[in-house]
Amino acid sequence: MSGRAQKGSALLDALAQVGACALFLLQLLRAVPASLRHFRETVRQVWFVGAMSLVIIMTCGLFVGMVLGLQLYYVLSIFGGTAALGSVVSLSLYRELGPVVTALLFAGRAGTSVTAEIGLMRATDQLSAMEMMAVDPLAYVAAPRFLAGIVAMPLLACVFNALGIFGAHLVGVTWLGLDNGTFWSNMTSSVDVWKDVVNGVWKSVAFGAVVSLIAVFQGYTTPPTSEGVAYATTRTVVFSSIVVLALDFVMTAFLM
Amino acid sequence: MTQRRSYQIGTGLFILLGFAALAYLATQTTSVANFRQGPSYVLEARFTNIGQLKLRAPVKLAGVRIGSVESIELDPTRLDARVRVSIDKRYDELPDDSSAAIFTSGLLGDQYVGIQPGGSPDMFEDGGEFVLTQSSMQLEDLIGKFLVNGSPERKPADDPTPPEAPANHQ
Repeated sequence: MSGRAQKGSALLDALAQVGACALFLLQLLRAVPASLRHFRETVRQVWFVGAMSLVIIMTCGLFVGMVLGLQLYYVLSIFGGTAALGSVVSLSLYRELGPVVTALLFAGRAGTSVTAEIGLMRATDQLSAMEMMAVDPLAYVAAPRFLAGIVAMPLLACVFNALGIFGAHLVGVTWLGLDNGTFWSNMTSSVDVWKDVVNGVWKSVAFGAVVSLIAVFQGYTTPPTSEGVAYATTRTVVFSSIVVLALDFVMTAFLM
Repeated sequence: MTQRRSYQIGTGLFILLGFAALAYLATQTTSVANFRQGPSYVLEARFTNIGQLKLRAPVKLAGVRIGSVESIELDPTRLDARVRVSIDKRYDELPDDSSAAIFTSGLLGDQYVGIQPGGSPDMFEDGGEFVLTQSSMQLEDLIGKFLVNGSPERKPADDPTPPEAPANHQ
């Protein structure tokens, strides 16, 4: 009996979280114009979530591209279609893997640190102190990190894609001996700027917004204990991964 | 102050790198690329059927890429496909009785224009036209022919190789 009641309340809790997150988004958007007065802070956050994530994004992009090159070469060689390696790799990177894998890495690398940072500010009452000094913490702490995520994610995804192409080229052309011209010409003839490249950029903008919203929200509403901050950081990764993958399906269906 | 300056430079570099990657993806890996590589000249070829030939498909001589398909259109009066190919200026010594054919790279690969050089002492000028062309091989037609020729009701005189021929291999 108590188990069912607990289950019901857990469901209600989850529902309340979603609602609170949506309301938080509205507050955040309202704070965005004010946060532009602290433009320096936004720039610093772009540096923190974007530039500092470059190394992991580039390394992972390279390896994802190399794995794609190997795997697709094997599959395509069954059909005698290894010439299509360049176009298959680039299309799957631009349309799907680039934005999604970058968003997952971004949640792990930048989202967690944003949650932990804001969560500690909450736990050590820094946010309340700001309010007392008539500084809106939404405009000074939350909104810059949110905006920085939206700015940084598409740029990171582009870097990821570029390194992925490089990795696939390294495996397919340099190691497996595919023709360099075929690799590039098949790619250039099958990839479209608007339908593929820009499509992926839109996806990554949306993912950047979602991941940084969840990260900021989890940090902002964390229980002010060390355990609470730990939970909030975990929840950031779990929730943003689920939401990114679900949103990816929806966006793919609409942008097709 | 120096701390602030260094992260601003870092941010600037990051944004620059991101946009550079975007520009690279958008121009070098899409159809915007390959627009024109160096000076070239244009030749024309007419085909009764171009099959799956696409714009920017390679033009090859002896298997080496020497140019690309620039435009494909239907001639409204002669009702055949007029294909304009741009050839790299480096290869301007093509005999004007060379022939053009549409081939497929591999069984399911893309189609390309293959050129067999002729023996004429005169060379192609800019805007010249291939007199000898060979249309793309249509898999459907081949299958149709095979079905018609391979049917058991055919007259023996039609086919020089009788179906018993494979038995000779053993």
